[in-house]
Amino acid sequence: MVKGIEKYGIPVVHLATVVPISKTIGANRIIPAIGIPYPLGDPTQSDEDSYKIREKLVKRALKALQTPVSEQTVFEKDF
Amino acid sequence: MAKYKIVHYINQFFGGIGGEEKADFEPEVREEKIGPGLALAQGLGEDYDIVATVICGDNYFGENLDKATDIIVDMVKKYEPDVFVAGPAFNAGRYGVACGTICKAVEERLGIPVLTGMYEENPGADMFKKDIITVQTGNSAATLRKSLPKIVNLVKKMATGEEILGPSIEGYLERGIRVNYFAEERGATRGMDMLIKKMAGEPFETDLPMPKFDRVPPAEPIKDIKHAKLAVVTSGGIVPQGNPDHIESSNATKFGFYTLEGMEKMSADDYMTIHGGYDRQFVLQDPNLVVPLDVLRKLEKEGEFGELLNYFGTTTGTGTATGSAAKFGDEIGKRFIEEKVDGVLLVST
Repeated sequence: MVKGIEKYGIPVVHLATVVPISKTIGANRIIPAIGIPYPLGDPTQSDEDSYKIREKLVKRALKALQTPVSEQTVFEKDF
Repeated sequence: MAKYKIVHYINQFFGGIGGEEKADFEPEVREEKIGPGLALAQGLGEDYDIVATVICGDNYFGENLDKATDIIVDMVKKYEPDVFVAGPAFNAGRYGVACGTICKAVEERLGIPVLTGMYEENPGADMFKKDIITVQTGNSAATLRKSLPKIVNLVKKMATGEEILGPSIEGYLERGIRVNYFAEERGATRGMDMLIKKMAGEPFETDLPMPKFDRVPPAEPIKDIKHAKLAVVTSGGIVPQGNPDHIESSNATKFGFYTLEGMEKMSADDYMTIHGGYDRQFVLQDPNLVVPLDVLRKLEKEGEFGELLNYFGTTTGTGTATGSAAKFGDEIGKRFIEEKVDGVLLVST
């Protein structure tokens, strides 16, 4: 799906827990997510902390969408 | 008298009619062997006879796909062949598509075993290699001699009903079909053997080749995020309660678009997940873990980006064929172009 959309020239950031799969399928902007049953947040922590984790990842996604990349790039950390 | 009858299909060029200027040549039957058919007949020997050769111009076929197919199937039917052979088309694109189309039609409508040959990058190969046995050839007719023994062998097997083995053994393009068999060594032993070969840098053959994935060049980044329209897509199986469109929980054949209008966050009362590939307990309680609407609304209000598309795209990623996923992506991409979406967050579980 990532490539199907991106081929129209729309940048896609893939927030995915299993980064090697994301790389294999050919996502160009990748953000490692938290866990398979909860990619954006961590329900084992408090609601507030879980929300903060999600906010951090989404903000990083917005930055990734504004970042030029020439090859598959994993955005491991906030930047 | 020969035991088995073959009908052979070739284009205007191999039929000796002419080149591009004769590419509109209408289908014609000759009750003789022509061009590559001569070599084929020689390879097949006395028990086989090419009773007829159908010649058709590549442009005529391409421009009159249905009509040409009907005409040629009728021509083939008359001779009741044991095997139908088309080409080989090598790397000739239109010829390859014609060979694939006609083979598929003959097999489906007449129930006759069919075979063609192509270079693997012939567009006809991608279109038809799953449907029909396509012998791998080089990219030009000069390679006929090399591929001919494979074609001869397969034609004989088809005529006599002998079992056709896997693509690497018989020399045809992989069809994506798995056949059960009893291996001599158990899985653990095969795995160790492969690992040892891999560590030694020796070639080895995997039991399960991974599908080949195409690449798409990275899209240009968003220049003006403050006015950008963003959209969310997920493979995490988030759907409205009750799953109105019956999206499958595994091996999905469809995706859905569902509204986000007037919503500040994803409510567990309205949305659920039907994904069959992960423990759903957390997401059933809080779908924002997959579709981060709560955060996106806040950032939208704060002016961190322009606006959020008021619906999201969703399907189930588990067990879903890459071909299906590519199709979903294409349809979603088209729609997002119409909606003037500037960037997409795609969340996978």
